[in-house]
Amino acid sequence: MTDAPDPAPAPPAAPPPGTGALDAPLAGKEMVINLGPSHPATHGTCRLVTRLDGETIRGMKVDIGYLHRGFEKSCENVTWGQVFPYTDRLNYVSATMNNVGFALAVEKLCGLSVPDRAQYLRVVVSELHRICDHLTMLSAMGLELGAMTVFLYGVEARDHLWDRLTELCGARLTSNFVRVGGVARDLPEGWAEKTVQTLDRTAELRDTIDALLARNRIFMDRTRGVAAVSRADALDYGYTGPCLRASGEPYDVRKAAPYLVYDRLDFDVPVGAGGDNYDRYLVRIEELKQSDRIVRQCLRKMEPGDIAVRDFRYVLPPKPLVYGTIEGVMAHFKLVMEGIQVPRGEVYGYTEAANGELGFYLVSDGSGRPYKIGLRAPGWPMVASMPRVLEGALLADLVPTFDTFNMIGGEVEQ
Amino acid sequence: MSKAVVEALVVRFPGDAYDPYAGPGGDDVVFVRKERIAEVCRYLKEDPALDFRLAPYLTAVDYLGEEPRFEVVYALYAPSRNHRVRLRVKVPEGDAVVPSVTGVWRGADWFERYCWDMYGIRFAGHPDHRRLFMYEEFVGHPLRKDYPLRGRQPLTPERDVPDLFRGPGPGPREA
Repeated sequence: MTDAPDPAPAPPAAPPPGTGALDAPLAGKEMVINLGPSHPATHGTCRLVTRLDGETIRGMKVDIGYLHRGFEKSCENVTWGQVFPYTDRLNYVSATMNNVGFALAVEKLCGLSVPDRAQYLRVVVSELHRICDHLTMLSAMGLELGAMTVFLYGVEARDHLWDRLTELCGARLTSNFVRVGGVARDLPEGWAEKTVQTLDRTAELRDTIDALLARNRIFMDRTRGVAAVSRADALDYGYTGPCLRASGEPYDVRKAAPYLVYDRLDFDVPVGAGGDNYDRYLVRIEELKQSDRIVRQCLRKMEPGDIAVRDFRYVLPPKPLVYGTIEGVMAHFKLVMEGIQVPRGEVYGYTEAANGELGFYLVSDGSGRPYKIGLRAPGWPMVASMPRVLEGALLADLVPTFDTFNMIGGEVEQ
Repeated sequence: MSKAVVEALVVRFPGDAYDPYAGPGGDDVVFVRKERIAEVCRYLKEDPALDFRLAPYLTAVDYLGEEPRFEVVYALYAPSRNHRVRLRVKVPEGDAVVPSVTGVWRGADWFERYCWDMYGIRFAGHPDHRRLFMYEEFVGHPLRKDYPLRGRQPLTPERDVPDLFRGPGPGPREA
């Protein structure tokens, strides 16, 4: 015979919802997280110190300079022609656009205009590189939001284009194609047809990427309304390029102050409305289509002709002249040893690079070396504005936003 | 194309905006006295007929051997009018302090820090006046013409980090 167990004590009455221990506010403490400088998501070396309240960013400091190579100081100590290899390494994803920007600034100072074919060739390489740059940014953005497939498609498309650029310039990454007074060499045989095929394949891959992302629920939730920059703010921060246009300001140097042959080409400038990460994505997808159009038009319209001015004060003479005539030897020697004699003066040359206005402020003292080269890197203002743009955003949105600004360490940190 | 803007400046700030000229390629340039640069910029931005709302590109030049030695250059653009002007401000070495334009455009922030870092020109009223590329212990300003091309500086000893958010090193520099 056993005693009956005691009846279980009645459970305490449940507290009214929302007032229990689990609902009490946590004693929150701000935390400082250091991201970078060597972090796989910082695309270069950029240190972001964030002050967090839970997951929300309350403050941030951006610390750059880990990749500073003394671009301007180096350029002031070489001849004008020797600056070109340094410019390749500014935005290494779209190297020839920096070449074009620098060459145009020097030519502005010299009062030099280059032959038609050279202008078309410059537009062709610029726009091919714009496609590469935007593809890189889109692929990395997909990768950082968990869409690894997009990265693979994007890199495949970019590699096809880099193959064409390799045939043209001899280098896959630091393509160096433009010279003061023209371009380095003409198109190889059959290159134009191959490029059209490459563009077809790139367009397929681009549309695949767009189909994967543009109406993707996860992608939209993660990008719409995130890091929105109003039109007035974008101007105030000094944005240019796709980021400014995503905020609704239709400023594009190719339309505002047409250089090369952009005024003879038919293309549109896409403009966003909200200035958030989704708009920056959409603007770039549309710019890919426009660049594709531009390259095809150029390849159609281009006519045979000179690819550089015939003025040996600026351009190296052809080799038969160098080896066969005294004038050729002298011109070659003077260009190599003393450099192009750029007239005294100062000038600000600007072009539309992949991330915005790429400016070169040049000062010449009349010698063969630049007295001063000031670089306005397109990505600079965007990176500088990050603490303000991301205030109140989630930590998880930091990396995708960093990507839509497309910080390129080479140009921002000089 | 932007000649009218430069002329308007010369009329509006007689003596403080001077010597306008058209540079190579038709750029419109005007010199501005350094004391008035912030006011000139504010006028350029806020006058509805001028509307220079895009934050400018700033850089500095070291004309070693000339007097005044430095120059700060402002490349401005007005998107709504498609006007582009350049302001040049002479800065003497003995008094290398320029009024900051960060109050006019927030985008001028990093460019002014760059000028301080590379040329040692101070900007009065800048909210976060640190070096941009170099570290705080760095001695000198590398883009000055008298800084040696192969200048080397000793490694700075690693310090305790008292405040990660502010970064290593001693407290903020005296302004």
